[in-house]
Amino acid sequence: MTMVQDMSNSPIPTPEESARPSLGELFRRRPELVSLTILIVLCIVVAAINPAFLQASSLIDMGRASVVTGLFALGVFAILAAGGIDVSFPAIAALTMYSATLFVINVWPTAPMALIVASTVIGGAGLGALNGWMVHTLKVPSLIVTVGTQYLFRGILLAFIGTVWLMELPAQMTAFGKAPLLEFNGVNDVIVTLPMYFLIFPAAAIVTWYMFNKTLMGRAIFATGGNADVAERLGYNQRIVHVFVFAFSGALAGLAGIIHVCANRMANPFDLVGTEIEVIAAVVLGGARITGGTGTVFGTITGVLLITVVNNSLVLVGIPSTWQRVVVGGFILLAAAFFVKRQKK
Amino acid sequence: MRRLDGSFVLLVTLIVVLLATGGLLSGGTYLSLFNLQSMANQVPEIGLLAIGVMLAMSAGNGGIDLSGIAMANLAGVASGLVALQVFPVDDAPVAFTILFVLGCALVGLIGGTVNGLIISRLGITPILCTLGTQMLFTGITVVLSSGRAVRIGAPGPLYELGNGYFLGIPWSFLLFIFAATVLGIVLRFTPYGVKLMMTGANQKAAEFSGFARARIITVTYALSGLLAGLSGAIIAARNVNVKWDYGTTYLLIAILIAVMAGVKPDGGYGRVVNVVLSAIALQLISSLLNFIGLSNFVRDLAWGAMLLFFLFVNRFALVEHFADILSSGRPPRASKP
Repeated sequence: MTMVQDMSNSPIPTPEESARPSLGELFRRRPELVSLTILIVLCIVVAAINPAFLQASSLIDMGRASVVTGLFALGVFAILAAGGIDVSFPAIAALTMYSATLFVINVWPTAPMALIVASTVIGGAGLGALNGWMVHTLKVPSLIVTVGTQYLFRGILLAFIGTVWLMELPAQMTAFGKAPLLEFNGVNDVIVTLPMYFLIFPAAAIVTWYMFNKTLMGRAIFATGGNADVAERLGYNQRIVHVFVFAFSGALAGLAGIIHVCANRMANPFDLVGTEIEVIAAVVLGGARITGGTGTVFGTITGVLLITVVNNSLVLVGIPSTWQRVVVGGFILLAAAFFVKRQKK
Repeated sequence: MRRLDGSFVLLVTLIVVLLATGGLLSGGTYLSLFNLQSMANQVPEIGLLAIGVMLAMSAGNGGIDLSGIAMANLAGVASGLVALQVFPVDDAPVAFTILFVLGCALVGLIGGTVNGLIISRLGITPILCTLGTQMLFTGITVVLSSGRAVRIGAPGPLYELGNGYFLGIPWSFLLFIFAATVLGIVLRFTPYGVKLMMTGANQKAAEFSGFARARIITVTYALSGLLAGLSGAIIAARNVNVKWDYGTTYLLIAILIAVMAGVKPDGGYGRVVNVVLSAIALQLISSLLNFIGLSNFVRDLAWGAMLLFFLFVNRFALVEHFADILSSGRPPRASKP
């Protein structure tokens, strides 16, 4: 290793330094802090260029936008931690949310909201478990399996269930999407509300954090992602781990799907598909390695916020929205390059 | 003693059965020259992308190229915009076509080399790298074209490439077969081809044998990009317009073709001839579904289900069992230990 490389990255700590870890060392050990720094810098820059960024309405817009991405991202994080990858979650979300909405409208218009949510969560978990079982049984990269199930689920939705937009939602679903948590008087006396469903994102994050840090399943997932063979010899049942992480991701996808419907007050079966790359980008930006075994819930949340801010602030700072994909794609590659360099040390 | 290539036999059988079924169901129209030509016309663009996926998979270590169709669209748009600036389509159709096709190939080659360098030099996993470049390439295409379709027009030679025939065979199909043949020869008989498959089969062993792994990987992804660029030229020739969101299902179909051809997703094995046959078989199925009158949505479902089915077939080596039974049925060739 040459000196030039050492200087461009964090230096290897010498004994004198290790007493008080240097900034580089801290970033090396806690990659999510890098994302957090970028997020803060980005917010400051955007706010300096266009103060409208800090208005309650735009902050709340971003808060709302982060819920669906965030729930997806927590699921993807669990799968990445186990060493897999999933691109079928938007299809799972679309299939469960549309089927549930259609069922409620046509069969049981007064179904309680809690039951509707539970049905999509359970349905999503079931479809996810199918993913996990196939990944385990077929012994092929989970990307290829989930590309297959993505089209399978979406095909089932569009070929057999429906292709029509459902514009007239039952009252309880509209109410769920509208229930306010906070209300502000924005510019021109427009009332902006932070909806109640926003709380589901932090709640899901806490559940995910608890699972990873306080349960044996969390240990098993990280062990499997770190080295599947060793994990197996340690007695962690690989089949259970695989089925569990994919079911977990599917359940969160189902939850995200029904929230998406209630928030937009309509169910569009063509929605959500195509968001998978951004979600994976968010998780990777949060410091989770795509080869598994690492990552934190805090990092994932940071990544989600980073992607949300990028998506919502380009226009505010005068960059045309056509550049959005270039920026996100560039971010993925830069983050990946940075974290790989860190890992080689 | 060579073993019978199970995938090859399976695909040839599949093609024969599909042609027969189609002919019977449609009362002959399926086998008409017009229908055969139109099917042959649709194979090349997706077939080239599938060969790219096969190359990336063969390189092992989780190799895959997800940026194929994004690359093809970028090549068509970027090269089209430049060529439109340089030559007026109506005055110099030949020069325009040559510049456009070479431009597509060049853009593809550069993009593929970028993929290869990122994967081999920076050590980023292929999935993440090509996911990022997929977004990046699509993004650049959107920026260049402002999100609109770019009209390439149909100057004589380019139209011929997309829609013309030579002895009744579409030019684009001939180009596809030519590219596949060259690649097949390269993989089979050059040191690069042998080293690629060995690297895919066992990365560590390849490294200890002194293979220039980084160069092999870079060349592989560069080739995949080049094929995507050619695919972009054919797409433009067939459709007159090029747009950033063309062929959203092509990624799935390219992977499906590769898996159906028996390419191992873990690396180390893949045959170009099987990928060509697999692409043809898939086109036959697609047209057959069309003939029966099923919607595009059913077709997407069928692709997903077929991908999973063939993963299952490959996992439990069903084709090999089948081939063994066939081989042992012929005493002179069954001299297995």
